[in-house]
Amino acid sequence: MKRDRMSGNEAVAFAMKQIDPDVMGAFPITPSTEIPQYYSKYIADGEVHTEFVAVESEHSAMSTCIGASAAGARAITATSSAGLAYMWELLYVAASSRLPITMAVVNRALTGPININNDHSDSMGCRDAGWIQIYAENNQEVYDNYIQAMPIAEHCRLPIMICQDGFITSHAVENIELLEDEQVRAFVGDYEPDHYLLKKGEPLAVGPYGISAYYMEIKKAQAEAMKDSRRRIYEVADAFAKMSGRRYGMIEEYMMDDAEFAVVLIGSSAGTAKAAARQLRDAGVKAGVVKVRVFRPFPWEELQSALSGVRAVAVMDKSEGFSGWGGPLFAETRAAMYDVCEAQRPLMMSFVYGLGGRDVTISTFDEIYGDLARTAEAGKVENIYRHVGVRGDEEGIQG
Amino acid sequence: MGNTVEIRWHGRGGQGAKTACLLLADAAFSSGKQVQGFPEYGPERMGAPITAYNRICDGGAENSVHSNIYNPDFVIVVDETLLRSVDVTSGLSEEGAIIVNSRKSPEEVRQQLHGYKGKVCTVDAGTISRETLGRNIPNTPMLAAAVEVSKVIDKDRFLEDMEGSLRHKFASKPQVVEGNMRALRMSMTQLKVG
Amino acid sequence: MRERMMNINEQSKWYELTLGAEIYEPATSREVKTGEWRVLTPVFHNEQCKQCLLCVPFCPDVSIPVEDGVRLETDLDHCKGCGICAKVCSFGAITMEEV
Repeated sequence: MKRDRMSGNEAVAFAMKQIDPDVMGAFPITPSTEIPQYYSKYIADGEVHTEFVAVESEHSAMSTCIGASAAGARAITATSSAGLAYMWELLYVAASSRLPITMAVVNRALTGPININNDHSDSMGCRDAGWIQIYAENNQEVYDNYIQAMPIAEHCRLPIMICQDGFITSHAVENIELLEDEQVRAFVGDYEPDHYLLKKGEPLAVGPYGISAYYMEIKKAQAEAMKDSRRRIYEVADAFAKMSGRRYGMIEEYMMDDAEFAVVLIGSSAGTAKAAARQLRDAGVKAGVVKVRVFRPFPWEELQSALSGVRAVAVMDKSEGFSGWGGPLFAETRAAMYDVCEAQRPLMMSFVYGLGGRDVTISTFDEIYGDLARTAEAGKVENIYRHVGVRGDEEGIQG
Repeated sequence: MGNTVEIRWHGRGGQGAKTACLLLADAAFSSGKQVQGFPEYGPERMGAPITAYNRICDGGAENSVHSNIYNPDFVIVVDETLLRSVDVTSGLSEEGAIIVNSRKSPEEVRQQLHGYKGKVCTVDAGTISRETLGRNIPNTPMLAAAVEVSKVIDKDRFLEDMEGSLRHKFASKPQVVEGNMRALRMSMTQLKVG
Repeated sequence: MRERMMNINEQSKWYELTLGAEIYEPATSREVKTGEWRVLTPVFHNEQCKQCLLCVPFCPDVSIPVEDGVRLETDLDHCKGCGICAKVCSFGAITMEEV
């Protein structure tokens, strides 16, 4: 274990170097550009054997990964925002062909208006593409998640996104503990798929037409693989904990044992929420935080158990789903709580926050916890769907 | 957050404020601290005002906040002309200090600071860098001034670490190492506090 | 899970299909007898044929086998009866007929 400091993008590139995969197909886009940039240097310096395919678009980057993965290679890429959007149709091809590609996503707002800063609209937009999605709070987590990615994806034969918040962690230097190269290589292991295009003596066709008589069976198999991946995510997390001492699950519960008020959220702002909860605990308020680490598959059982008995819950989305009544994390979290008996079921509200890099601070969370306390006192939710820090929004949360 | 020290840097794109911010994070890391160093990003170009931040606390403490810094303990202004357009003391703790790259005295600079009551420091980083490095690279002297004033890390340890990393980085150019070390030391001694 | 393509059909359960619908053998299109779709059949008149082989590349279903530079009888398991071969033959060696 080596103590170091680096940015989130450096941490991902470093994890890639330790793994030394076979093929990287990538196209630069802010704020993920640094990842292929750092990695190209490793290649140029002869530190890895990876074949880097410099493509002309993200559509081709994902196509490269699909071809390489089908051929039997361990394939990786990195992207953000519009780049991820441009991969859209290929994401489904990768998932339905069951190709365990690893993609580093550095979350950035989707254009309209154009914006380079962080929110989750890019990866939330493709949440239903059949990829496993794991999110990080800080640089340590994105490094750790990346090292766990391939043992999960290759076992389940599902592609995986390892997401972090653009600029907030990707460009921020923080302390980090790095594993030794040999530890990482042993943990991730060699990639030995059963079937691949370059396998001698076994001709193989990939990506056939799926007529109606077969299409649903193929989708059912994908759905079952996604359900089963939960078990594998825990297995890999256990092995990772044994190696590193750092334990991960589908969600992280922070000060939730006796919490009366909780926020549920994804990514870097969870750290800010934790700091707010610590301060409120000092003031006698039973505040807690639930950080969703794995969004696909959705951790509905873990959320049920974490949120049962809490009085009021704010589910915070860093993407506007435009459903008209809350973001995607809210919709799914609230659906998960439907089966909890009424006495244990919390009051729940949707807060959309942090779009296009809008900052959220400890005082933002103070306001939200205050609102939760008032809601719990009133015994009912006044306004289910609100925005945080929007000028002129009387019903929203300011501060 | 108790012992956390929060620092805000103001500069212009291309002057090295972000680099100085990351170097401070590096130096604090080397002395065993929990560090964050992060710039605020937008569509910046050469010359546009930019902001960067450090959040530094003792090793082992929880440094989990991921927001910009609105109530810094220290502010460092790498380019004096920013005083005209940016509210550099916004939210700055009166227990803390502002350090401005300027030939002026702290008293003169204070008049531009809209009634800020805390400590005002100035250092002529432009002249120092021209004398020691032959070019106007104000961020190296400003980094030293930040360490001198904030005391966020031990001064001797800082100079030792800087020398080590400069020797590593400029192994073939010993004169660069020497120039940078002189710039750091000069800034620490010539700093004016008012 | 290595299933022969011929063991998979429209009654197969979801867990009996291959992962990602992969096909682990070559040339499986041979097994699909598209000749059943045919209405008119190309009848080959060997005595008229000059072995110019123009019909061969024109056949969209690769159903005209060639051996040692000589075309053989049309592969009626796969010929869909489109009639292109008859159209391009300059010697009247192929006629489309109800058989």
